[in-house]
Amino acid sequence: MKIGIVCPYSWDVPGGVQFHIRDLAEHLIRLGHQVSVLAPADDETPLPPYVVSAGRAVPVPYNGSVARLNFGFLSAARVRRWLHDGTFDVIHIHEPTSPSLGLLACWAAQGPIVATFHTSNPRSRAMIAAYPILQPALEKISARIAVSEYARRTLVEHLGGDAVVIPNGVDVGFFAAAEPRAEWQSKGARSSVEGAGGRREGGTIGFIGRIDEPRKGLPVLMRALPAILAARPDTRLLVAGRGDEEEAVASLPEKMRERVEFLGMVSDEDKARLLRSVDVYVAPNTGGESFGIILVEAMSAGAPVLASDLDAFAQVLDLGAAGELFANEDADALASAAIRLLGDPERRTELRERGTAHVRRFDWSTVGADILAVYETVTDGAASVAADERTGLRARLGLARD
Amino acid sequence: MIETLIWIAVAIVAIGMYLSWTAGRLDRLHTRIDAARAALDAQLLRRASVTQELATSGVLDPAASIVLYEAAHAARQAEEENREVAESELSTALRAVFGETVQVESVKEIPGGEEAALELAAAVRRVPMARRFHNDAVRAARALRRHRTVRWFRLAGHAPFPLAFEMDDEPPVALADRPVS
Repeated sequence: MKIGIVCPYSWDVPGGVQFHIRDLAEHLIRLGHQVSVLAPADDETPLPPYVVSAGRAVPVPYNGSVARLNFGFLSAARVRRWLHDGTFDVIHIHEPTSPSLGLLACWAAQGPIVATFHTSNPRSRAMIAAYPILQPALEKISARIAVSEYARRTLVEHLGGDAVVIPNGVDVGFFAAAEPRAEWQSKGARSSVEGAGGRREGGTIGFIGRIDEPRKGLPVLMRALPAILAARPDTRLLVAGRGDEEEAVASLPEKMRERVEFLGMVSDEDKARLLRSVDVYVAPNTGGESFGIILVEAMSAGAPVLASDLDAFAQVLDLGAAGELFANEDADALASAAIRLLGDPERRTELRERGTAHVRRFDWSTVGADILAVYETVTDGAASVAADERTGLRARLGLARD
Repeated sequence: MIETLIWIAVAIVAIGMYLSWTAGRLDRLHTRIDAARAALDAQLLRRASVTQELATSGVLDPAASIVLYEAAHAARQAEEENREVAESELSTALRAVFGETVQVESVKEIPGGEEAALELAAAVRRVPMARRFHNDAVRAARALRRHRTVRWFRLAGHAPFPLAFEMDDEPPVALADRPVS
């Protein structure tokens, strides 16, 4: 099958949607399909062979943070050329409502179009204002995919219609096979005789995410840390992600700052090893999440998860069965839950086992098969994707050459 | 005087373009419904065929075979107006037979049973998908057809008012289970 995938956000900037598209494309290529990804990227950036650049993205404030988006004549022309050259059986647009390549591709294409909705932002004025503009483009989408039941609900409320739920995929094996790193483990886990020393030993807490993005929730964790350290003074917090480290620990008392270790940006391998090593992974995100792929990655690596009770997180954690939840933005609740978990190795082992069984449904083998089933459903009996010529007046008056 | 006439002409052309564009949208939606309906028909037929194959293969006990055969046969032969009911009954029959994991396991043990079980699992998963896509297209078309412009100018022509396909498509638990190996 010839598949065209449209990525709305800049390929050179790491992000959940971009990683999802990269993994999906590589999974489909491994299965023997022809895949081409259209993504915004600087012309100098080295791209994988399956990515086609749609030009440089412009930073614009959108959806609560600064997003790098593509629009304008040049981008529209590149979208058309890509559609024309690709002769795809199906195109898969991600985030079609963001004012970027996704929407442009939706305008420009006809034929089987699949769209994945990643975000679930509360009803915004911009959305309501844009509704009549979006509707004609969104009508062309033959199949909608929502990444979670929560994202589907937002979609139904905002735009009407329905969608099938297919979660984001994770390479479970990659995380499960990562080698733990001794310096990121607590002494108890290292000597592997948990219980004896493990009970008194502080343990390690992991956090992965942008430090300077408040919605990722590091400030909540920082507010909870004094209480955790008071109960278990040897606890260490390992923080991976970019941002200002000085500013992040500014709220902590001077002598507690040494318990926080910043690892900076980490590679995928180190991320997996970090998740394999920690005693508890904490996700204190305060909002703006529609899925929570990091929780799935943590569970794949066998890390017990403690997360804020966002709708999306609760869904991924099977309503608390596969990981613990605490009241969103409540630092005290986070602290007491963390202290309880760190002092209870049996509970952590139980969470590890449940998590490992639960993540199978997020593995690419399952998710990829579902996405392919959607492609096959929409391409059944339909013509292949082409540039939509009907938008031209000449075509409408029957003057266009065939 | 001339100026007024020019403005009137401009307005008429603008309205004409808008109407033509809306008619194009509606036409595209009807095409989408047709494609989605064809896909749904294909998936329903596939599900009935796989079920019938399983029922006549001797893999299942005679009672289950008869129940499945009857339901699958009725679904394939159903007239348009009884289709939704017949397909829902097939769903019920499949749920009754494949409610337990044990039943699916026993099918898998027989030569060729593995593929049959996989095929049936794929079919019961794709029917709800295809139906959701179809009903989504129907909803979009109905929303547009209710619009004033479309009604006043009869842009929909003689195309029948699109109807959603309503049926019970809940897959059997034992088959819907995500792979646990």
